[in-house]
Amino acid sequence: MSYTVLLFGVTKDIIGSSVYCPNDEFYTVGHLREHLYQSFPLLQKLNSLMIAVNMNYAEDHIMLSSTDEIALIPPVSGG
Amino acid sequence: MNTLIQLVESIEVANVASLVNKPEYGGINVFVGTVRNHTKGKKVEKLFFECYAPMALLEMEKIAERAKEEFDIKEVAIHHVVGEKQPGEVVVVIAVAAFHRKAAFAACEFVIDTLKETVPIWKKEYFEDGSVWVAAHP
Repeated sequence: MSYTVLLFGVTKDIIGSSVYCPNDEFYTVGHLREHLYQSFPLLQKLNSLMIAVNMNYAEDHIMLSSTDEIALIPPVSGG
Repeated sequence: MNTLIQLVESIEVANVASLVNKPEYGGINVFVGTVRNHTKGKKVEKLFFECYAPMALLEMEKIAERAKEEFDIKEVAIHHVVGEKQPGEVVVVIAVAAFHRKAAFAACEFVIDTLKETVPIWKKEYFEDGSVWVAAHP
């Protein structure tokens, strides 16, 4: 099982790409979050980091499947 | 396609207002957000807006629906730009139509406040000496 994580704003700069494809397997949003914080410690310095699953803000207990559309949402600043 | 809720390259304020103008309504409240040429005492040369387009549209639709549930209003239009913008250019327009003005004012404020909290759009400010993603870091 593999995942594609869409990156935006400052997360694109930190990870250095517009998509991130981890090799590991994650059961929940929280597992993915831990992996990201370990792999890219600069993400921990953000004011917030939300994770969207299928275009909805997802809490850490939400289960992931490889067909999900996953995106990192750093602090938004529209308007 | 929902013409009321859109991500666009540029915005004509009057066009957004006209989308919600019907003879039975008595008031249209329009909020216009523009690029400010300074931030915390530093001169801003330009802004760049990036968005997660499909989710941004969904979130803007949710805000419009909530505004219609929570306030006594009839129509909401939200247009937001993407890409590069210069100081003074329009970046967001919210138009709310209602029978009476008070609800239109209140709903318009609710829409822009919520948009700034939940819609996945990011702006990068460019200064003479570099650039920064707004609100990303403490």
